[in-house]
Amino acid sequence: MRQQPNKLQPFFENLNFERKDNTMVINFGPQHPSAHGQLRLVLELQGEQVVKAYPDIGYLHRGVEKMGENMIYNEFLPTTDRLDYIASTSNNYAFALAVERLLGIEDKVPRRAKVIRTMLLEINRVISHLFFVATHALDVGAMSIFLYAFREREFAMDLMEDYCGARLTHAAVRIGGVPLDLPKNWISDLSSFLNILLEQVKLYEDLLTENRIWKMRLEEVGVVTPEDALSWGCTGPMLRGSGIAYDIRKEEPYELYSELNFDIPVSDRNDSYGRYRLYMEEMKESVKILRQLISMYPKTTPEIMAHAPQYISAPKEEIMTQNYALMQHFVLVTQGMRPPKGTVYAPTESPKGELGFYIVSEGEPYAYRMKVRAPSFFHTGLLQDLLVGTYIADVVTIIGSTNIVFGEVDR
Amino acid sequence: MDGYIIATIIKAALILGVISALAGFGTFIERKILAFIQRRLGPMHVGPYGVLQIAADGIKLFTKEDFIPSGANKIVFMVAPIITAATAFIALAAVPLLPEFTLPFTDIVVRPIVSDMNIGILFVIAMMGVGLYGPLLAGMAQENKWGIIGSARTAIQFLSYEVVTGLSLLAPIMMVGSLSLIDFNTYQASGVGSWIIWSQPVAFVLFLISGFAETNRTPFDLLENEAEVISGYATEYSGMRWGMFFIGEYANMITIGFLAAIIFLGGFNPLWIIPGGLAIILKVAFFFFLMLWVRAAWPHIRPDQLMWLCWKVLMPLAVLNILVTGIVMMV
Repeated sequence: MRQQPNKLQPFFENLNFERKDNTMVINFGPQHPSAHGQLRLVLELQGEQVVKAYPDIGYLHRGVEKMGENMIYNEFLPTTDRLDYIASTSNNYAFALAVERLLGIEDKVPRRAKVIRTMLLEINRVISHLFFVATHALDVGAMSIFLYAFREREFAMDLMEDYCGARLTHAAVRIGGVPLDLPKNWISDLSSFLNILLEQVKLYEDLLTENRIWKMRLEEVGVVTPEDALSWGCTGPMLRGSGIAYDIRKEEPYELYSELNFDIPVSDRNDSYGRYRLYMEEMKESVKILRQLISMYPKTTPEIMAHAPQYISAPKEEIMTQNYALMQHFVLVTQGMRPPKGTVYAPTESPKGELGFYIVSEGEPYAYRMKVRAPSFFHTGLLQDLLVGTYIADVVTIIGSTNIVFGEVDR
Repeated sequence: MDGYIIATIIKAALILGVISALAGFGTFIERKILAFIQRRLGPMHVGPYGVLQIAADGIKLFTKEDFIPSGANKIVFMVAPIITAATAFIALAAVPLLPEFTLPFTDIVVRPIVSDMNIGILFVIAMMGVGLYGPLLAGMAQENKWGIIGSARTAIQFLSYEVVTGLSLLAPIMMVGSLSLIDFNTYQASGVGSWIIWSQPVAFVLFLISGFAETNRTPFDLLENEAEVISGYATEYSGMRWGMFFIGEYANMITIGFLAAIIFLGGFNPLWIIPGGLAIILKVAFFFFLMLWVRAAWPHIRPDQLMWLCWKVLMPLAVLNILVTGIVMMV
C-alpha cells in the first residue's frame, strides 16, 4: 500500500509521474553533490535515462525582493551580494545602476568611478567564469582543473580584497559611484594577474579543449536550439552558445563599455562544448577590456562619487566642515534618499546573463516594489526540456553547463 | 606435509598483513601524488609530512558507528564488503610476489607464492570476477536508489570488462602455453628483449584499459562517481564496512599491477643491475602511479560510452589480436 503524502513524507508522490513501467522516481538534490547548491530535480528514470525531469526550487529562498521593499536603498545594496554570490559586484552594480537611473544621476557618476566599476565588473566576470570552469570540470571528473582554476580565482579574489576588504560579498559599489579609490600598487597587481590569467587559461585549454574524453562528454550534450533559447528567455553564454550574438554590454551599453574595444564571442554549436569554449573566450575578452581600462585610469580626476546633494552624501571633508552638508548627510542616513516617483528597469550583463533590477518608486525612501530579473532562474526552467532523454551522467554535465547559482534563482 | 601447511598459513597471513598495510599506505600515496599534481600539499598535519594520516583515518573508520539502514537487508548488507575484501586477497594467492629467496642464516628456500597452481591466471581472473558480487549485493541490499544505480553500473562494467581482460590475456597465454604465472616469468627470463609487451603490445594496452575498468579507476570511475551517483553502491556504508570496500579496491589495484608486471613486463627477473625483487616492486609501483596520474589528468566517461568502448572497440580488437597471434604461431 502506498503511503499518502503527509507532513512528514510530503511531495513528489503527488506529482503526476507515470509509474506504470520499470521507471524509478529519484530525488536529485537538494543535497546531491553536484546539485550546485540547492537544486532539487525530481527525475523519472528508465534505467539511467531520464524520462521526465522536474526542477524544484526554493530551498534557498530568503525573500530578498521583499527585503528590498523594507530597506532604504543604501541599506539594501549589501544584501544584493547574496544573490549571485559568485560574482557579488555584478549584483551591487546592477542595483546601483537601477537606482541611479531612477534618480537620473547616471551621467553624474565621475569618470574615475566608472573606470573602477567597469574594472570590478570584469574582475567579477573572470572570477565567475573561473568558478564555472572549475566546477564544470569537477562535475565531468577532471579534478585537477578544479584546483588549477581555483588558484587563479584566489588571485582575483585577492585583488577584490585589496580593493574593498571582502573576498566573497564585496559590496564594492555605491549608488552614485564607488566608496574608495584604488589602493597603491593595485593597478600593477592587476596587470601581473592578467598575465598569469592568460597563461593559465591556456593551460586549461590545453588540458580540456582537445581532450577526447572531455569532448565525448560535452559534445552534443545539452543542445539548446536558438528557438528554445529565445522562448525560454536564456541570456548570457546560454544564448550566445546558441548562435545569437546578444550581449547587453553592446546592445544597451552602460558604464564605459561603449568606449571599449572588445568582441562578443558566439558559438553556433548549441551544445555544452560550445558554451565551454565561450566561457574561455570571454575570459580572454575580459583581459582585453581590463588592459584598456588600466590605461584609462591615470587620465581621470580623483572624484569618485556623483555630486547630487539631494540623494548622495557630500564628501567627508565637506561634511566635517560645512553645516549644511552635515545636515543633509544626517537626513540621508537616517531617512534615506527619496527618489522621484516612477519605475525603472536597468539590464546589465552579469557573468551569467541578463541581470536587472525593476524598481517601482512612490517617492518614498523605500521601494514600492523590487523585482530581480536573474538569469539563472530562466536557465533552471530550461532544465525540464533539456534533460529529457539524457543519461544521469549528462544531467550532471548539463546542470554544470547552465552555470546556475541558487542565490539568484531562489533570491 | 605439516611444514607445507604451516608455511602456507604464514605466507597467507603475511600477504594479508603486508598488502592491507600497503593498501592503506596507497591511500596516503594517492593523496600526496594527486596533491603534487594539483599544486597543493595534501595531508600535512598528522605526523611528520602527514605520514600518520593513515593511522588517523584508521582510528576514525574503526570507531565510527556501525550503521545499518532500517530498510536494508541486514545479512547481505553486512556480508557484501567482506566479499570485496576477501576476493581481492584470495586473488593474490596465485600471484608470485617476489623471486625465490633463501632465508638468511638457514637453508630454507622460500617461494613467495601461496599456491603455484597450474591455472594461476584463470584463478586470479575468476576471483576478481567474483569480487563483482561485493558492490552488486551492497548496492541492492541498502534500499537506496543511488545504490541500485551504482550496483547496476557495477554489473555492466565488471561483466563487460571481464570479457576484455580474458580475451586480451588469451594471446600471451597462447604464446607461453601455460596458465601459471611462474611459467610466464621464466618465459621472459632472458632479458628485456624477451618481454611479452614487445610481441603483444595490443594485448598489453587492452589489458591495461580493462584493468582500469576492473579496479574502478578514472576514467572508468563510474561505480561510485560522486558527481553523478553520490557514492553509488557505497552510499549507505560508513566506518569499517566502507573501509573494506576501500581496502579491496586498493588490493585489486596492486593485483592488477602485479599481473601486468609479470605477464607483460618480465616479472621478477633481474633487470640489468637491479635484482628481481626490487624490479617487480618498481614495476608495480609504476602501474600504481600510472593509475593516479590518469586520475589527475582525465575526466571520466559516461556508462554508455564505456559499453561502446568495450563491445565495439576493445573486444573486436582483442579477438583480432588472438587471431593474428594464432596465425603467426601456426606459420
